[in-house]
Amino acid sequence: MPEQFIWGIEVFLNGLMAGVLYALVALGFVLIYKASGIFNYAQGVMALFAAMTLVGIMNGQVPFAHLINAIFGTNVHHFGWHVPAFVAILLTACVMVGFAWIVQRFIFRHLVGQEPIILFMATIGLAYFLEGVSDLMWNSEIKKLDVGLPQGINFAIDDYTYGIFGYGFFIDNLDIVATIIAAILVLALTIFSQYSKQGRAMRAVADDHQAALSVGVSLNFVWIMVWSVAGFVALVAGIMWGTKSGVQFSLSLIALKALPVLMLGGFTSIPGAIVGGLIIGVGEKLFEFAVGPMIGGATENWFAYVLALIFLVFRPQGLFGEKIIERV
Amino acid sequence: MKTKLTALALGVTMAAGPAMADLVFPSLSYRTGPFAAGGIPYADGYADYFTLLNQRDGGIGGELVSVPECETAYNTEKGVECYESTKDAGALMYNPLSTGITYQLIPKATADGIPLHTAGYGRTSAKNGKIFSHVFNYPVNYWDGASVGVNHFKDVAGGSLEGKKITLMYFNGSYGKEPIPTLEALSAAEGFEFNAIPIDYPGQEQKSQWLQVRREKPDYILFWGWGVMNQVAVQEASNIRFPMENFMGIWWSGAEIDVLPAGDGAHGYKSIQFHNVGSDYPVFDDIRKHVVDTGMAAGDGSNIGTVLYNRGVYAAFLASEAAKDAQAATGSSAITSSDMRDAMEAFEMTEAKMTAAGLPDFGPEFSVSCENHGGDGSAAIAQWDATAMEWNLITDFSNSDASIIGPLIEADSSAYAAENNIAERCN
Amino acid sequence: MFYRESGDFKTTYIDDDQTFPIKFDRYRYYAVMFVAFAIIPFMVNDYWVNAIFLPFLIYSIAAIGLNILVGYCGQVSLGTGGFMAVGAYAVYKLMTAFPDVSIVFHIFAAGAITAAVGVLFGLPSLRIKGFYLAVATLAAQFFLVWLFNRVPWFYNYSASGQINAPERTVFGEAVTGPNVNAWAVYLICLVFVTITALIARNLTRGTLGRKWMAIRDMDIAAEIIGVNPLTAKMSAFAVSSFFIGISGALFFAVYLGAAETGEAFGITKSFLILFMIIIGGLGSIFGSFAGAAFLVLLPVFLKVVGADWLGVPTDIVAHFQLVIVGALIILFLVLEPHGLAQLWRVAKEKLRLWPFPH
Repeated sequence: MPEQFIWGIEVFLNGLMAGVLYALVALGFVLIYKASGIFNYAQGVMALFAAMTLVGIMNGQVPFAHLINAIFGTNVHHFGWHVPAFVAILLTACVMVGFAWIVQRFIFRHLVGQEPIILFMATIGLAYFLEGVSDLMWNSEIKKLDVGLPQGINFAIDDYTYGIFGYGFFIDNLDIVATIIAAILVLALTIFSQYSKQGRAMRAVADDHQAALSVGVSLNFVWIMVWSVAGFVALVAGIMWGTKSGVQFSLSLIALKALPVLMLGGFTSIPGAIVGGLIIGVGEKLFEFAVGPMIGGATENWFAYVLALIFLVFRPQGLFGEKIIERV
Repeated sequence: MKTKLTALALGVTMAAGPAMADLVFPSLSYRTGPFAAGGIPYADGYADYFTLLNQRDGGIGGELVSVPECETAYNTEKGVECYESTKDAGALMYNPLSTGITYQLIPKATADGIPLHTAGYGRTSAKNGKIFSHVFNYPVNYWDGASVGVNHFKDVAGGSLEGKKITLMYFNGSYGKEPIPTLEALSAAEGFEFNAIPIDYPGQEQKSQWLQVRREKPDYILFWGWGVMNQVAVQEASNIRFPMENFMGIWWSGAEIDVLPAGDGAHGYKSIQFHNVGSDYPVFDDIRKHVVDTGMAAGDGSNIGTVLYNRGVYAAFLASEAAKDAQAATGSSAITSSDMRDAMEAFEMTEAKMTAAGLPDFGPEFSVSCENHGGDGSAAIAQWDATAMEWNLITDFSNSDASIIGPLIEADSSAYAAENNIAERCN
Repeated sequence: MFYRESGDFKTTYIDDDQTFPIKFDRYRYYAVMFVAFAIIPFMVNDYWVNAIFLPFLIYSIAAIGLNILVGYCGQVSLGTGGFMAVGAYAVYKLMTAFPDVSIVFHIFAAGAITAAVGVLFGLPSLRIKGFYLAVATLAAQFFLVWLFNRVPWFYNYSASGQINAPERTVFGEAVTGPNVNAWAVYLICLVFVTITALIARNLTRGTLGRKWMAIRDMDIAAEIIGVNPLTAKMSAFAVSSFFIGISGALFFAVYLGAAETGEAFGITKSFLILFMIIIGGLGSIFGSFAGAAFLVLLPVFLKVVGADWLGVPTDIVAHFQLVIVGALIILFLVLEPHGLAQLWRVAKEKLRLWPFPH
């Protein structure tokens, strides 16, 4: 088999894995958009906030330490304890639920029935706010995140493929774990929304707010729940990306990676986010592999959008988006 | 409401109250934004060293130093605001700490007669003092870094790079593109194969680039990264089991924070440095005693001795030594920015000065002249020890290959001069 | 009382057609023009111009341009940064290639080039709508930035890819390069702002503007009543990009003097300008100014108060800036969802009725 072809397969597989990570971020957007029609610009910052909170709790950092020190002239930094990863994740999930409650209670309850652009704008404000708060709370230094996820080349795959092709494939253990977790997450979400009472309420709200309200579904509760779930998805995404690069401001920029995925998959579809993520991941990696070196590389950022654009020209509502029906 | 206003008014008068210090060194720092993790220790070091001078020696030559800090978030527009808001306070010198802001300030500061000092960053061809009258990039610039890095690889390879393959992985922007012309020239001179792989900002996702490295199997990698790009690159390099001792970053990609997240995988990673590493210097004891323990430190003191903190200290040290020279030259303790510029142009760094400041053997010895604003281009190689969790210099400071870099600087600066109608000085 | 449409009798068609038909608006406009042209130039120094007026004026042009596209024609765009880069690089190439031609022509030419690029990237809008359209403009954003970074011709083969604005003069007074006077750069930007704002105001009052708004409100219905979506959408993209190109040219040549595409014209710029028009008010020229002022002035104001007056550490100030800007945006929305322009509309309503509220 020609070398190029084998390499192409390796790039393809890695593209799939990268796509899963993009989809993980996109999932949070979809959940909120589906249930409340809000395009949540703050999703990336939520991932940052969740990851910072997780690290902060694990390391026993004092929240707002810098601010407290500046005001009171004290010198507090750490509580001096270390919380096990599992407990810290649970605590962070609780924080995200609290965050969801605050968001719902103080922002979106006042904006029910507003146009999408205004809801979008509110999330812009939220993003600014949360970005400032997370830095104030946990400081902006880079933090190592280690919740025990494996990282590095998977030797089994390397050896196995070496035996077949004479070239060992590189697959990152972290990517494998991420894929498994993403699969579990999507499965759980599907089961939750199909079979549980709250999940059905969520779908009812997604279909029609007023109809759902009239049959006795509490919008308030559903929206808090959706924001909590999105917060939890943000936490998972934050853990995955944070393990790779350390937890720092740039984590909030992963939202940019999710945008083409969303547009390709459709804003309202969970399978769309997954399939979109895979297509974008594979597409940008293969393009960078095949064409990139000829035109100078670093093509991934724009090619993801061009790819999404090509799909959208044929399906303007995204791959799995609801068909747009226009009446005059 | 009224009490609040009174409090505010009180705050204003109090802030305006203390007499303006005479020696002003504005610090354009970035403690927020995508590069905050690197900006914080540098800014702390820069501020702490001046605080030390104030606390221990009563300033420089009897004049207190003030370091008004202005947050740029590595953003050029905020940098403009910072420059304009501090320049009228009698700023002696600017240390813009960002390539973008430097480019933007070069013409402005030159017109305003305020020198810029860009140690280890900024516009490389500013080394040519004949054209850039107010810009100083001693002791070292990116092209020197590339040259010293390649020389080190040459030593490791046993004296010849013939037939070897060197890959540059770089931040896809002006900072990362800087070394490419030098490396191309070096590749022609040394006979190694060279290719460059760009990594887009922010660099959170570098799988494609590292798969390419894995396929192409370069012998050596040079790395020009900043921000999250550093941590991810070190991690990915260890993931693909690239031999870390053949992977070398520029000084902005060689701090503790860049390698710590990768754990043991980062062991052996190298970086090019233009100052020494570690906290084993008398000056740090003084900083602990006079600055941290008295609660005057810019940070919490935990950064002392880290690479970027040391770089901040070193930059402040170079600035204060030039100010001392200026005071000696003018015979008065109150100096102006043009005195400062003259002193920087006649600046000489000696071992005696470094030892006197509590920084023995901290950086290279060099001298600046009217034609040469960049020193001799001396840099050393440091290596990360993941078990001891510390950087160690593994070579002495050595000079870059001036025969390669000189013509490149000449070409780039004369292009700038032609575009902006600048006449050569120093003739 | 103060603000009334009635009693202001017009006796000629010219009177009836003027840009500000209501007397109060007209006088207010004259007053603003007078202050801007005749008073401020004598009072400004380097700090006020470089830190406040230039960014405000230049962002206003960009915001007006984007508002035409998003606010009037309803086509969401996140490619503003990329289009500003087109303007900046176009003016740089023109300035260095034809040093003898006045920079004013170069800036207009840069706008025209950007308009052409904008139309090209606007073509998908005929097929893709709503938030999905943002993907086309985002593709433009990332592709253009990549292109300007990648192709050395655009930055005249300089080693690092930075572009520098050489000195150019208008009527013998330098407006670019290091040796400029504060009032000169202020005035040149002000002139461009005035021209673009007047063009925008008159376009949006006329046939073209009404076509855009018809497309925005419902494109199928508009098509049925005889608005050609192709010409309406493409003209919106062209006019919008023209303004954005001018602002990009000024941003690079007059304001920054040196730029690097990824840093100065990245995606954050696109978002920033979108935020400006959303906060200021979609479909309002005044809103474009208000939004630009809000996002330019507020951070500077908070910085000056926090760091310079109260002496709070700069990083805490920077974080609080974000917190306060974010909280203010949310607060505004909860109290007044339609942007700052709506506040002005409400104020006019009050003025109309004053002193009798009913």
